[in-house]
Amino acid sequence: MRVMVLVKATEDSEAGVMPSEQLLSEMMKFNEELVKAGVMLAGDGLRASSDGVRVTFSGSERKVINGPFAETKELLAGYWLWEVKSIDEAIEWVKRAPDPMPGTEGVIEIRPVMEADDFGDELTPELREKEERLRKEVEAKQ
Amino acid sequence: MPPADVNRTIDAVWRIESARLIAGVARLVRDIGLAEDLAQEALVAALEQWPESGVPDNPGAWLMATARHRAIDRLRRAEVHERKTRELGREAEIRGETDDPDLDAQIDDPFDDDLLRLVFTTCHPVLSADARVALTLRLLGGLTTKEIARAYLVSESTVAQRIVRAKRTLSAARVPFEVPAQEELADRLAPVLEVIYLIFNEGYSATAGDDWMRPELIEEALRLGRILAGLLPREPEVHGLVALMELHASRSRARTGPSGEPILLLDQDRSRWDWMLVGRGLAALERAYTAGGAVGPYTLQAAISACHARARVADETDWDRIVALYDALAQVTRSPVVELNRAVAIGMAFGPEPALELVDGLASEPALREFHLLPTVRGDLLAKLGRADEARVEFQRAASLTQNSRERAVLLRRMTGCSPRNGG
Repeated sequence: MRVMVLVKATEDSEAGVMPSEQLLSEMMKFNEELVKAGVMLAGDGLRASSDGVRVTFSGSERKVINGPFAETKELLAGYWLWEVKSIDEAIEWVKRAPDPMPGTEGVIEIRPVMEADDFGDELTPELREKEERLRKEVEAKQ
Repeated sequence: MPPADVNRTIDAVWRIESARLIAGVARLVRDIGLAEDLAQEALVAALEQWPESGVPDNPGAWLMATARHRAIDRLRRAEVHERKTRELGREAEIRGETDDPDLDAQIDDPFDDDLLRLVFTTCHPVLSADARVALTLRLLGGLTTKEIARAYLVSESTVAQRIVRAKRTLSAARVPFEVPAQEELADRLAPVLEVIYLIFNEGYSATAGDDWMRPELIEEALRLGRILAGLLPREPEVHGLVALMELHASRSRARTGPSGEPILLLDQDRSRWDWMLVGRGLAALERAYTAGGAVGPYTLQAAISACHARARVADETDWDRIVALYDALAQVTRSPVVELNRAVAIGMAFGPEPALELVDGLASEPALREFHLLPTVRGDLLAKLGRADEARVEFQRAASLTQNSRERAVLLRRMTGCSPRNGG
């Protein structure tokens, strides 16, 4: 199964405080372990929300809001995408990660990625049909 | 932590640590069967102690220390019976000295060295392909006998027997627990890559059962391939195999229709491909080429697959390049199946006539006599040339040869679709 592992933001990460050299080297070592175990698919750190943008949807209206955003604990500072056998394996790996936010209380959240089966039998053929129609339309225009 | 949670933690730790644990102990005891027993004993000790004491901070190190203690106990007991002199040589190895300075330079992590020894032992040429697959999934993948049995749709006792026999064969043949010397590496790497590719293929197009694909085997093969790429980063064909598997796996979602029927590559909805795997596959292919040396068969197949991955729509496929890659692949493998694929590519690049000529030349190949793809390809080319009657006969023959019911249905549909009016 695939899991997304989300590193939550802290006041420091939002203030743009860069990780120490020690943390960076520990993180590199941990990432290397993940690669060697065949678990790592992708991973990156994210810049503070002051560099981010939100687009809100309300009916037909689209509003663009520039960062920073207030609710620090809901924001993200980084992510990984892992291929693991179970959520328990992901938990074990997260426990081995270096503390991403030393000095403050860091939080890492694990979220399983939806698989095709999760969408259920009812929805799939209909969606597929829709997709199929869309594809034909696109092809017709080429 | 409640006991149920501890058990799940122990399972997860086993998944992460078992291969290294078994490999580390095997270096001490020089017998992978015994090493697995000792590693299992350490796991049982964990099952007994962790619910009481809590899970240790470094569970892997805890398991390794426990298994090592037991290994040393066994060796000491064995010493009573054996002459001390035989142990002396072994002690140097127990201290972790390797015998090959080249390899020491290439590998900076001693655990990697152990893991590589384990890879080359479970994939040793003295074992049959079935035995290699079972032993590799068990010792390197950390899968239980039950999980392997379920994936291969055989009974647990069959898998258990296969593993026991494999271990016995290795002991009887006195297969040393070592990484082959540099000059042997290429020869010994071939069966390792083959085992991983066999596991992948069984997952990608299952030879038995109702399901066309078995995702858990695809994931397991990908994981093993990625691990091997980490262990042998300078071997181009390891990256080539990983690239091939990532690129093929990227199409898993698009390969079957709503009722489970196969969808051919050129008919697939490319928006359903897993584009992250495509990116990983292309990156691995790049690494295969940068590693240098002669371009091997896995890298060539991955390069062909990459031509499809790079085409946004099927019509943009670079068939000229695919033909050139098949030319190279045919030279390396000398396989009639590759020749048949090459003919398909030539048909796409230069039209059905020259392709049909090639396919007709392959008709006498003994390896293709019962192979359903030969009449399938021939039928397809004949249909394109408007020779509907002949095409119908070929599709019928193909349908009678395939083992897969889904495929048979598609072929029979093509057969009835062949009328002189629509030319197929």
